[in-house]
Amino acid sequence: MRAFLIVIGRDLQLAIKNGGATLTQLIFFISIGVIMPIAIGPDKQILADLAPAIIWIAALLSTLLGLDRLFVADHEDGTLLSLHHASISLTSISAAKIISHWLITALPLILATPLLAVMLFMELPQFLATITALLLGTPALAALGAIGAAISVTLKRGGMVAPILILPLAIPILIFGVSAANSFAGAQTSSSAMLFLGAISLLAVAFAPFAISLALKAAEE
Amino acid sequence: MTDCLKSQKISVSANNLGCFRDQFPIFNEISFSLSAGEALFLRGANGSGKTSLLLVLAGILPYSGKFEIKRFGENQQDIPANQLIHFIGHQNAIKPELTLKQNLQFWAQMYNGDQTSISQILEKARLFGLDNFLAGHLSAGQKHRLSLCRLLLSPRPLWLLDEPTSTLDSQGDTWVSDLISSHLANAGIIIAATHRTIELKDQKKTKSLTMGANK
Amino acid sequence: MNANKMPSTNKPKNWFSALAHPGVFLGWSRHFIRPLIFLTLISFAIGLWFAFFNSPPDYQMGETVRIMYIHVPNAWLAQMVYSIMAISAIGSLVWRHPLADVAMKAAAPLGAAFTAIALFTGALWGRPTWGTYWEWDGRMTSTLVLFLMYLGLVALWNTFSDQSKGARIIAVFTLVGAINIPIIKFSVEWWNALHQPSIISTQGLSMPAEIYTPLLIMTLAFSLLFFTLHLVNMRAEIFRRRANTLERQHVIENAQASAANNGKGENK
Repeated sequence: MRAFLIVIGRDLQLAIKNGGATLTQLIFFISIGVIMPIAIGPDKQILADLAPAIIWIAALLSTLLGLDRLFVADHEDGTLLSLHHASISLTSISAAKIISHWLITALPLILATPLLAVMLFMELPQFLATITALLLGTPALAALGAIGAAISVTLKRGGMVAPILILPLAIPILIFGVSAANSFAGAQTSSSAMLFLGAISLLAVAFAPFAISLALKAAEE
Repeated sequence: MTDCLKSQKISVSANNLGCFRDQFPIFNEISFSLSAGEALFLRGANGSGKTSLLLVLAGILPYSGKFEIKRFGENQQDIPANQLIHFIGHQNAIKPELTLKQNLQFWAQMYNGDQTSISQILEKARLFGLDNFLAGHLSAGQKHRLSLCRLLLSPRPLWLLDEPTSTLDSQGDTWVSDLISSHLANAGIIIAATHRTIELKDQKKTKSLTMGANK
Repeated sequence: MNANKMPSTNKPKNWFSALAHPGVFLGWSRHFIRPLIFLTLISFAIGLWFAFFNSPPDYQMGETVRIMYIHVPNAWLAQMVYSIMAISAIGSLVWRHPLADVAMKAAAPLGAAFTAIALFTGALWGRPTWGTYWEWDGRMTSTLVLFLMYLGLVALWNTFSDQSKGARIIAVFTLVGAINIPIIKFSVEWWNALHQPSIISTQGLSMPAEIYTPLLIMTLAFSLLFFTLHLVNMRAEIFRRRANTLERQHVIENAQASAANNGKGENK
């Protein structure tokens, strides 16, 4: 458990030292929120209706943006190889990596959501529902993204392949995420969507570490 | 530290090891056996499969044939094989953004080692006083020394070293041969791929294996 | 040099692994190609004859119902091919079997092709039936997502220069996808029900024997077509890998010969 926390701690430490990457991602997230009203038009009602969808798309795309750095550095400098002989299993390390990936990429986006909510004229209940949906759904997004990153770790063009692989798999998250966020339309569907979203996150976070460690082991061969 | 190592006494034996990539043999028919306190130096041209053999022994690459680590110590049967091994390869597993101390602290925790001796270990590696220096500012040779420091973070009986002296100066060479000698004296086992000869105090304990001879 | 020697890591000595050794596989599978082609042609001939001349037009859809004889078998194959890939992926991960890698790789483009045909014929069928080429219907949407997954896998195979290392990594992703397919189907149908409550229902289709028989034969014909193409594709992939191995061996032997000629090679 201690080693598990240390892996997370070190990733956070490294992310703070290379703060630029997280910042880039955050700017990308906000930029999508700025671009969309310009493309759609400044109509308050339309923007407010589309806001949850826009925020989810922005979150999805900007999470994919940071995928290529998740494991590549550790692979290239030999850290992953040496972790084979650590006293903590590669599966636990993968789980720690999902958590640190979520803390580094998803949490800043969620914290920046109020900014987009204002620009997209969201009502308070809709905004609260969106934040809840993001909190419930982004762990699954982080887990899937980490799988994509692990699969493409040895590829030079990996930055391009991982999003292509992950986007179709992220469709359920998008569906339930946006439905859950549209709570003002009908409370009943939104609460079941929240439940599905949470279930998908639990499943993804529980199973992804095994897939990730398998892929990382195969990558070192 | 040495007591702990002695209780982890092991012997290793390899019988007819082979490693294939896309049905193509990287190496073939490698056999050796080492008992506690012995070293094996792998020699051979570039591309003869020295690094691949080390990766096979480290449990990273799939192989054919038989490789066995026998444990002799008391209550050591339950230590997983991967925690008996220190592997130091060409990639130094150093994060340039972190200080020397932070780098070693991480590995000490990953290897279940003790963190209190990090300053002493750095001193032995002639990186004295650089504890809070960013690892990214080190020279290639210094980085390599820092990487070798991982060997001392936790006592493990089997050391797999890939070109341990490749980027080192003559003082570094002496340090590495001292490291190796004392590990052997503590009943450890070393398998190292080397180009340059490493002078050891007790040459009787070393074997050598030339790879790629059958090609 | 025994370059053809296979990695014998934990090779079980049963009849299955003996038959599945790539070299042995090349030997026996050769005799299956012609019979498979023959069977495929026969069943297509019978199936198409039934489909065109010996089945009634539908009382609602008229002659366009015949598109279904192409559409349904392909839609079924779209899913079956993925399950074959998932089973091969398990074989590749658990037993590291090279034939499983090859089976997995050979199936991906075929699966993409069958899924594309299913989508295309679905669109052709949708135009006269629903009045539109595309409908965000639950079934069509999840087939489209499946198509994207096949394309992703084909792209992934193409990015790996080392195919045997790639195989295990791709196997992991194939299984992740297999776990996800039911979740995707469920979510898409849930979403569909949310947005357009029951515009189209395929449940109500009556399925008399005159339609059922040609449908079954056509499904058999397309499955046989898949098995034939899969076998040929697998053999081609094994030959391709052998050619690569021989080429590498040749390069190395040449290099060693020239090093020996120079008297002083790097060997020291």
